[in-house]
Amino acid sequence: MTARVGLTRWERLARAAPVRIAVVMIVALWSLPTVGLLVSSFRPSADIRATGWWEAILHPFEAAQWTVANYANVLGADGMAEAFLNSLIVSIPATAIPITMAAFAAYAFAWMRFPGRGLLFALVVGLLVVPIQMALIPILRLYTQLDLTGTFVGTWLAHAGFGLPLAIFLLFNFISQIPRDLVESAHLDGASHYQIFTRLILPLSIPALASFAIFQFLWVWNDLLVALVYLGTDSSVATMPARLNELVGSKGEAWHVLTAGAFLTMIVPLAVFLGLQRYFVRGLLTGSVKA
Amino acid sequence: MTTVTAPVGPPRVGPVQLARRILAPVAAMAALFAIWWSIGFLAQPDAPTTLLIGLYDAVGLRGEADAIRAYGIPSIASKLILGVVALLVGVIGVWVVYIGANAAAERLGPDWRRRVLPWVFIGPALLLLGVFLVFPTVSTVGTSLTEGGGLVENFGFVFSDRDTLIALRNNALWLLLATGGSVALGLVIATLVDRVRREALAKTFIFLPLAISMVGAAVIWRFVYAWQPPGQPQIGIANAAWTATGSDPVAWLQVAPLNTFALILIMVWLQTGFAMVILSAAIKGMPWEVIEAARIDGARESQIFFRVVVPMIRGSIITVATTIAIAVLKVFDIVFVTTGGRFETEVVANRMFTEFFRFRNFGHAAALAVVLFVAVVPIMIINVRNLRRQGFGS
Repeated sequence: MTARVGLTRWERLARAAPVRIAVVMIVALWSLPTVGLLVSSFRPSADIRATGWWEAILHPFEAAQWTVANYANVLGADGMAEAFLNSLIVSIPATAIPITMAAFAAYAFAWMRFPGRGLLFALVVGLLVVPIQMALIPILRLYTQLDLTGTFVGTWLAHAGFGLPLAIFLLFNFISQIPRDLVESAHLDGASHYQIFTRLILPLSIPALASFAIFQFLWVWNDLLVALVYLGTDSSVATMPARLNELVGSKGEAWHVLTAGAFLTMIVPLAVFLGLQRYFVRGLLTGSVKA
Repeated sequence: MTTVTAPVGPPRVGPVQLARRILAPVAAMAALFAIWWSIGFLAQPDAPTTLLIGLYDAVGLRGEADAIRAYGIPSIASKLILGVVALLVGVIGVWVVYIGANAAAERLGPDWRRRVLPWVFIGPALLLLGVFLVFPTVSTVGTSLTEGGGLVENFGFVFSDRDTLIALRNNALWLLLATGGSVALGLVIATLVDRVRREALAKTFIFLPLAISMVGAAVIWRFVYAWQPPGQPQIGIANAAWTATGSDPVAWLQVAPLNTFALILIMVWLQTGFAMVILSAAIKGMPWEVIEAARIDGARESQIFFRVVVPMIRGSIITVATTIAIAVLKVFDIVFVTTGGRFETEVVANRMFTEFFRFRNFGHAAALAVVLFVAVVPIMIINVRNLRRQGFGS
C-alpha cells in the first residue's frame, strides 16, 4: 500500500470505495453457495422443497422453521457417525506414516553420503508426475491377491505411497537448508545420525512437518477415489466422502439429508483449516500442494 | 530447540549400558512381532470380537466370552477397539520400525554402520515408492499394451470412441478454462484485497473452499444448480436469479455444453483461493519502489498491472498455473458426483474409473491412465523447473 500524501481522509475513503465494494461483493458471491448449504441443513425438508433458503434468512426468528432433525437422521440412519469414525481411522495413520518415512528419507538425502543418492533423489522428484490413476489397477490386483481390499491397513499404505514423493521433496527443501555448522558440530560431539535427526532436525523442522501434515490430512480426509477403490462402500469401512457420494446416488433430491451430510463432512477440514491457517498458508507458499 | 548432549570420549560399558544393549534388540523384535500381529488383526473385519472373546477366556470369564459369541458386541465398541489398534500401529508402529532398525545398525562396526545406516533411513520410503508408484507405472503401461484387445484396440478406443472423444475435448476445455479462470480471478482478487483493510478476513472467505472436499463442493453446487419445473418456486439460487428476469429455469447440469461450463465453475470456485494466496504473497514481495517509479513516470494503473506487476511475478504465476492445471487434468470427483459423466460432461479420469471399476475393462482403463500420465508429464516438468529456478530442490 502506498501512502497518498495530500489527500483528506474523505478523499481517500471515496477513492477506496469502489475497490472496497468490489471486494465485499466478491466475498459475498464466494460464500453464497456454502451459506446456502449451511442454512438449508437446518431447515425441515418440506420447507427446503417449498422455498429458497434465502427466504428463511429473512425471518431468522421464526423458531418453527429451524430444526436439527436432519443432522440426527444423517448421523444415525444414514450412517454418517460411523463414517466419521472410519474417516478418522483412515486419515490419522495415513498422515503419520508418510510424514515419518519422508522425514527419515529427507534427512538421509540431505545429510548422509551414500552411492546413488543423486539418482534416487531424481527418481523421487520424477515420481511427482505419476497420476494416481496409473496406480489404481495394479494396486487393486495386488491387494486382491494379498486380501488387503477393504482394509484400513491397505488404504493407509496406498495413501502413504501416493503422498511420499511430495513429502520427501518438501521436507528435503527444508531439512537441507538447516545450517551445516549445526549438524557438523553435533557430529563432532559424538551424536549419532539417529540422535541428530530426532533431537536437532525434527524440532527445527516442525513448521515444515506441520504444513505437510495439514495438507496430507486434508487430502486423505477429502479423498473419494482411493476410498472407493481400496476401501469400498460397506458401512463398516466407508469414509465420509464415500458415504456422502452414496447418499447423492440413492437420495439425490433429499436435500435435507444431503445438505446436513455435506456439512458434516466439512466440519473437520474447516476446523483444521481455520485453526491452523498460519501453517496452511506457509505450506502453500513453499509449494506443498498435492497436484 | 533442544541441545544435543551426547557422551564424549571412549564409551564406558556399565551395567545399565549392558542391559540396554541386550534389551534393545529384544524389545525391537517384540515390537516388530506386535506390529505384524496388529496388521493381521486389522485385516480381519471381526477381529475386535475375536480379541474380546480371547481376552475374556484368558482371564477366565467364560460367561462373558460366551455372551459375546452369542450376541456379538455393539458396532461402536468394535469400531473403537479397531480404532485404537489402528492408531497404535499406524502412528507408533512406524516409529518402532525405524528405532529397531537403527538399533540393529548401530551394533555394526563403524564401516558397516556408515554403509548400512542410509538404507535404514531411506529404505522404507523407497520400498513404498517402489510398490505404490514405480511398479504400478510399469504395470499399467504393460496392461495398456497387452490386455484387452491389445495396444491398437486400447488406444484406438481412446481416440475414436464417441464418449472418450467427448472426454478428451472436455479435458481440454477444463484445462484451459478452469486453470485460466482460477489464475486470472486469483490475480485480480489478490490485487484488489491488497488495497483494503481487513485483508486477511476477506482472503479467508475466498480461501475457505480449498478445505472443502470435491464431493462436498459437488453437493454444494448441485444445490446451487437445482432445477424445478417452470412455475414452481426455484430452490437453487442459480435458477432463482435466472427466473427473476422472467426467463424459464435452466437445467444447468443436463443441457450440453452449458453443463460442462457449470462444472468448470465449481473447480474455479475451489481453486481461486489457492491462486490468490500465492499471487498475493508474490505481489507483496515486490519492491514497492518499482511501482512507485512507474507511477511517477505517469503510467496508468492498468499499465502498471500488465507491464510491471505481471512480469515481475511471472514465476509465481507459472507455479500456480501448472499446479492447478495438473489438478484439473485429473479431475474426477466433481464430475463423478454431479453428472457421473452423462449429458456429455465426461472427463478422462471419470471414464477411466468407469472402464476400470464398473466395466472391468482393464485394457481401456490403462490406456486412459497412460494418456493422462503423458498429459501431466510436460506440465510437471515446467512446474519443477520453475520451482528450482526459485530455489527449491537441490
